[in-house]
Amino acid sequence: MTFTIPIENGNGVKDAEADSQRTLYPYVTGTSVVAIKYKDGILMASDMGGSYGSTLRYKNIERMKAIGKHSLLGASGEISDFQEILRYLDELTLNDNMWDDGNSLGPKEVHNYLTRVMYNRRNKFNPLWNTLVLGGVKNGEKYLGMVSMIGVSFEDNHVATGFGNHLARPILRDEWREDLSFEEGVKLLEKCMRVLLYRDRSAINKLQIAKMTEEGVTVSEPYSLKTFWEFKAFTNPTVGAEGS
Amino acid sequence: MDLNLDAPHSMGTTIIGVTYNGGVVLGADSRTSTGMYVANRASDKITQLTDNVYVCRSGSAADSQVVSDYVRYFLHQHTIQQGQPATVKVSANLIRMLAYNNKNMLQTGLIVGGWDKYEGGKIYGIPLGGTVVEQPFAIGGSGSSYLYGFFDQAWKEDMTKEEAEQLVVKAVSLAIARDGASGGVVRTVIINSEGVTRNFYPGDKLQLWHEELEPQNSLLDILNAAGPEPMAM
Repeated sequence: MTFTIPIENGNGVKDAEADSQRTLYPYVTGTSVVAIKYKDGILMASDMGGSYGSTLRYKNIERMKAIGKHSLLGASGEISDFQEILRYLDELTLNDNMWDDGNSLGPKEVHNYLTRVMYNRRNKFNPLWNTLVLGGVKNGEKYLGMVSMIGVSFEDNHVATGFGNHLARPILRDEWREDLSFEEGVKLLEKCMRVLLYRDRSAINKLQIAKMTEEGVTVSEPYSLKTFWEFKAFTNPTVGAEGS
Repeated sequence: MDLNLDAPHSMGTTIIGVTYNGGVVLGADSRTSTGMYVANRASDKITQLTDNVYVCRSGSAADSQVVSDYVRYFLHQHTIQQGQPATVKVSANLIRMLAYNNKNMLQTGLIVGGWDKYEGGKIYGIPLGGTVVEQPFAIGGSGSSYLYGFFDQAWKEDMTKEEAEQLVVKAVSLAIARDGASGGVVRTVIINSEGVTRNFYPGDKLQLWHEELEPQNSLLDILNAAGPEPMAM
């Protein structure tokens, strides 16, 4: 006996069995992740929000997690898929440790693994609905890369997901330098995150910044950014100007 | 007006789980609807998984019941193998496993709450999609839309058992007032180191909100109680 569950995803009603092989749609989503290389390693920032459609439902979700000793994974998109990816990576790092050969997975290897996973799922029309940012430092070499839900994968000096592509990237292209200090790097990321806070509806004012260096990976405590609203045009909108 | 009596049973619902210092309080309304018809006006949406772990169910009645049944079965075996009560985290993870792997077919949001000796009272929210989020308090179901603001203001850490239960009852009652898919009675379940307590708050005993009136037996009582000109303009 077949029964249909009406599922609206723009293609009308689909049969329940066929749907288990189809592309899904996301429910609980994280917004932008922004990351840069700096003098001593990598800096990555993301807020702690989990949106449910237009509702800012969860405000304490950690969207950046350390992987092994050398890497950090940041994710935007469906949180349940990110949690599943963390389980895959747990298995990967566990098996890597079990070899007990003194070697450990570096960011390049983890990025490659994730690329294969994401691309293969895409080919089966059943993607993990995430854009992932993978950064880390191993043996003095800095690494920063990105993988999308359709398997597009690349490395760069600075990356951003979601809204960050449109709002953060131009800032980074203009102001990023090879020899940024830690303080300069944090200020640059905060500049991007503030713009995202003003202009991204799904952003919340509670973020974390993570630092990756040869010494290891640390994620900051959650904190909030000050915002500025006191422009004369805001406090005293011009009479007669619609919407201002 | 189309009552749509062939619509799947759905618990519009308001469900809540709250931690306090010593345990958790779970709460829910009791309305199960089939389209516009109230199929069950006194359902029990807080379901037992083990002696120390309960789950609040929302969304499709069938989906949430079958997921609960599977997890109760798994937990039973797990308890036998472990030789001690299952933890709340394990219970939440088993639900997650079913919810995530069947995300295309299931339409149920759950709140898992309980007490174990390792972590004390814990609440895990498992919305559509199979994300697991550990929270000091969780709200779910269609009625929860009306409670985000309320909890932002009213929630505080380290409440007593009585404060926590009062908060839950007040919240479910407020949601029932505004959500057509929620209604009936408020049921609560309190879980702590001492055990489990079930409470029942009938709809007519709840606090009245804006534009709600004191229930009467009949107009006749009002007429008789009032003076000689009760129907005058």
